[in-house]
Amino acid sequence: MTFLRTHRTMATVIASVLAYVVIKLLSILPLVNGEPLLNAYYIQLIILVGINIVMTVSLGMVNGFTGQFSIGHAGFMAVGAYTSAMITTVWLHTSTANPWVGYPVFIVAILAGGLLAAAAGYLVGAPSLRLKGDYLAIVTLSANELIRTVIRVTDALGGPRGLGGIPKFTTLEVVFVFAIVSVVLMRNYLFSSHGRSMKAIRDSEIAAESTGINTTRQKVFVFVFSAFFAGVSGGVFAHLLQFIHPDNFSFVKSLEYLIYLYVGGSTSISGAIVGPAIFTLLPELLRGLESWRMVIYPLILILTMIFRTEGIMGLKEFSFILIPQRQRKEVSV
Amino acid sequence: MGQFLQQLINGIQIGSIYALIALGYTMVYGIVRLINFAHADIFMFGAYMGFFLAPVMAKVFGGAFIPTIIAAMLITGLLGFVMEKLAYRPLRYKSRLSALITALGVSIFLENFCAMPFVFGPTFRAFPDLIVAKNIPIPGNLGLSVSNVLLLDIGVSVILMVLLFWFVNKTLIGKQMRAVAFDKPTASLMGINIDVVISTAFIVGPALAGAGGILYGTTYGMLASPFLGIWPGLKAFIAAVLGGIGNIPGAVLGAYIMGISEAFATSVNSNLGYGIAFAILIGILLIRPSGLLGKFMPEKV
Repeated sequence: MTFLRTHRTMATVIASVLAYVVIKLLSILPLVNGEPLLNAYYIQLIILVGINIVMTVSLGMVNGFTGQFSIGHAGFMAVGAYTSAMITTVWLHTSTANPWVGYPVFIVAILAGGLLAAAAGYLVGAPSLRLKGDYLAIVTLSANELIRTVIRVTDALGGPRGLGGIPKFTTLEVVFVFAIVSVVLMRNYLFSSHGRSMKAIRDSEIAAESTGINTTRQKVFVFVFSAFFAGVSGGVFAHLLQFIHPDNFSFVKSLEYLIYLYVGGSTSISGAIVGPAIFTLLPELLRGLESWRMVIYPLILILTMIFRTEGIMGLKEFSFILIPQRQRKEVSV
Repeated sequence: MGQFLQQLINGIQIGSIYALIALGYTMVYGIVRLINFAHADIFMFGAYMGFFLAPVMAKVFGGAFIPTIIAAMLITGLLGFVMEKLAYRPLRYKSRLSALITALGVSIFLENFCAMPFVFGPTFRAFPDLIVAKNIPIPGNLGLSVSNVLLLDIGVSVILMVLLFWFVNKTLIGKQMRAVAFDKPTASLMGINIDVVISTAFIVGPALAGAGGILYGTTYGMLASPFLGIWPGLKAFIAAVLGGIGNIPGAVLGAYIMGISEAFATSVNSNLGYGIAFAILIGILLIRPSGLLGKFMPEKV
């Protein structure tokens, strides 16, 4: 097990592959009355969990680890979703019929969506990250609604009718690869020297600045990085639902991610994984309660916050996520 | 010219309703530094109270408007008080963000609970006529007219605002509120009971939102669903930030700016009318990072 302890990235991948195998088996093996335990609906939910995890971890980089307060994440998701859907559906007319052509186009499209979302993140972040606390929150929220308004009035993007006929490229496998790659990339970033400057900014911006961290540059960079992942998630999301509408990406959606993040634990990557996993599945688990479920759901949320303010995971991480302190080499000057 | 003035009048009407909601946001924020997302749903609750109380009040008192608005204000004030007691007080000395998430939870709870069939129900309801709507033409050749509903909206909100200014500036509890908003630890050292002050803010703010709800119902004549508070609430919140959140005159100023710009933009395109608020807000915050009337506080080390 020494191998797993020293190669945490491998351990993360192995843990996720195991989870994939279990879910896949449960969706194939006829366990309940000759039917598999997980039907297509549950698989779709699990795919959504994967997308929400990437969204939440990327939001956590800004809100939890850098201490800035962004509540407009769904806006960047919208940019990515619309860009990728325009590329695959409207301009290139790809379909899932020929995966050898389709998937490369899909990958290029979601990356393009991510880049455009990152550009939008730069436009929003560069001027507004000098605002403090709640004012930054309001600007990001407004940017989210502004992006949505632009989509609504742009006829080429489908306007208020939405954009449909998107090929369904997002499968369980795609989402697993996407979630693992994204979370590992973000995790490695958070444990790099950049990540340490982020935490320094969170704990005291003035102290961080006085130790020579370029706080503005660092904050803008994290914001852009986070917007990139939101954009890519948006692309994956669009190719799951096959129909996107500007109202899918309103500030209410951003608030959902905020809930996932803070319930899971905002200063922990594991928390940003646990939060969306529980709170995406919770309304389904409560389905037996019918219309009471959306009444019980916020109550669970409020009680979690009152009795476990720091979130479910708090500051803790699953052990496979942590990177051990590396042996420091003396650098001769 | 006639068109311009008509839009200006409409804008002032919408702005008056926004102002009543925005005042609650700004008071609560000024005192506990919490964006109370549930405030929008209290506004909704007030509107529904109007729907249910108006027939009763019409029977008991003869006239419906004044008793309904007072009753709705009392009920929403009570709701705000209970909400603070149950949901926010346990979190007062914990992280501000957890209180914010709790506020979101309270908001989702109120919306979905009120949408239950035995509470308000999820369906459309026609708001009862509290006063008989009449159009009063303005003398002159511009073809302008104002309805008595519009005059009522503006009149009621101005009266309530004046009362609030009197309350905050002239009464003892108002003075305590200002002291707490300025510096909470020092205020409590001076013998001010912080709990009472916070509870007052959570009664007065929601009561104003309740009055706003009645005006909203009277103006639009319908209640779409218990989710109707989200967008007016968001607009009012934006207005409070625009004026400098925590600042009471700022909230009123912001609300009128928001209402007037929305009326003009909507006359061009309805989607634009929705989006203009956010564009204005971003523009103003980039120039004045703490809002129009907000004070910039330099950070001390």
